[in-house]
Amino acid sequence: MDEIINCRRLAFRYGEVYALHDFSFQVNGGEVVALLGPNGAGKTTSIRVLNGLLQSESGTCTVMGLNPSCDGAKIRARSGVLTETPALYERLTARQNLAFFGALSGLSPLDVERRAKQLLGMFKLEQRANDRVDSFSKGMKQRLALARALLHEPEILFLDEPTSDLDPEAARQVQDLILEISNLKERTVVLCTHHLFEAEQLCDRVAVMSNGHVTAAGTLDELRAQVIPFIRVIFRLANPVQSEWLKAFSVMGGVTDVRLLEAQTFELILKDERPVPAVVELLVKKGVGIQAVEPRKASLEEIYLRLQQNHEEVHA
Amino acid sequence: MNWRNVFTIAKKDWIEVRQNRYAWIPMLILPFLFVVILPLVFTLVMPGLNVDPWDVLEADADIRFFMERMPDSLARYIDLQKPMESMIVVMLGFMFAPMFLILPLMYFTTIAAESFAGERERKTIEALLYTPASDADLLSGKVAAAAVPSILITWLGFVVYTLILNLVPYHLFHRLWFPLPTWWPLIFWITPALVVLGIALTVIISARVQNFLGAYQTSASVVLLVVVLFAGQVSGVLYLSVEVELVLGAIIWLIALVLGIFAVRTFNRGALLAGKK
Repeated sequence: MDEIINCRRLAFRYGEVYALHDFSFQVNGGEVVALLGPNGAGKTTSIRVLNGLLQSESGTCTVMGLNPSCDGAKIRARSGVLTETPALYERLTARQNLAFFGALSGLSPLDVERRAKQLLGMFKLEQRANDRVDSFSKGMKQRLALARALLHEPEILFLDEPTSDLDPEAARQVQDLILEISNLKERTVVLCTHHLFEAEQLCDRVAVMSNGHVTAAGTLDELRAQVIPFIRVIFRLANPVQSEWLKAFSVMGGVTDVRLLEAQTFELILKDERPVPAVVELLVKKGVGIQAVEPRKASLEEIYLRLQQNHEEVHA
Repeated sequence: MNWRNVFTIAKKDWIEVRQNRYAWIPMLILPFLFVVILPLVFTLVMPGLNVDPWDVLEADADIRFFMERMPDSLARYIDLQKPMESMIVVMLGFMFAPMFLILPLMYFTTIAAESFAGERERKTIEALLYTPASDADLLSGKVAAAAVPSILITWLGFVVYTLILNLVPYHLFHRLWFPLPTWWPLIFWITPALVVLGIALTVIISARVQNFLGAYQTSASVVLLVVVLFAGQVSGVLYLSVEVELVLGAIIWLIALVLGIFAVRTFNRGALLAGKK
């Protein structure tokens, strides 16, 4: 796949404070990539720099083969951005908002009308198309803002905290729409969020940011292998766990640790899943009833928290 | 420059102002007072009440002083043998002339502050900055949004004022006496200069303040210029003759040009966004 975003060691500062520092980030065409990080990590600033709104003071960057520092307008014509707040004109109607942004994106009035109709229908807003936006709920505003970002059929879509400030139901609706968009594989999506579950559900790859730079990037499996290189397997038995079994398991190859969780439950910390059949075989030979074997891979939340912890330790 | 973008941005701002009655209702009241009510008071009500014009012209020390020191170039428009006509010419033809400049001031301070600082305050500016429109398109669209209605409404007010001043007291003057020559440079030379000056100031201020009110209050300080002109005329220090107006307009244009160049140079996406931090 072609690299659609390629940034190397970008730096940007507001006054004396660096918002981006040694920021390197790559995205391939058609990917859905999450940019994860706490508030103030530099996620919003990175979107601004990638779209040529802000000029980086050092480093190199291309977006769709263009340099954001001098080709910002060309990039923005081919990208769509859902800003952190919906940033809609509340005194205008939904249709007037789309017409305004469509015209500024270079669409003809006929194309604006066609796309607005299509997107208002897709986002279930067609009944409210001629109502002023100040009468909309937060969820409706966010859906309209997403429609605005997609109006000119961008090749790359930046979503900046798309579900922050939304109630769970509205957040779910927006997540479903993002999932629908990403499943189409028609465009590259960069999702900035601090909602780890959202990133885990929606994204092919994750880049974790801290203090203005990417501390780790890859697929969830790659990050897991890099940050938490073991899996937990929980065994639930029909009989009480005997301490000599745990001793026997602890010396098996590939087993890092053994922990008793409850009277009939224990867990193995493994480098990979290969020792599991041998453990099961041993238990069966001893006539133990096995109720469940549950492999537990580290979640994105665990990986993320470990990364942030590592970063803080390094900086401390 | 993409003129379609410029028009789209200006049109959007006009629709927004139109939808905000708290913005446009006050913008109609003051012009109505200046352009319709005050002229009717002097041309219709006072003659009907049999008020002695000399009571008006001589009772106030400032107006008396104004009349005594008036240069010949202006005095020739006043026929002291016709007191009611004289009162109308002095009050509506001379005294209120600088106050007429308040009309464009009202419009451009409200629309420009709303257009620049208001967008930042409501956080709609960021979506606008993410469009492919160039910085020049954005600036021109927003300047047009504030400048065009300010100038056009002032000119429209001038037409209405002219009609009232000629038609209502026609039975006294028996001729079309207004506009006096001093009004032409005031309306077509000083007014556009003042609008450009005010908008340039608003653009510069809006990049530095966080909200509409801050931009509105600071840019409205241009009203001081109008107050100085009014006070200067009333006190007899500065009479707004055609020559004075031409020079004054040139000075305002020069300042507006310098501020305009500075505004254009400082207006860019980075400054607007970085200012938010």
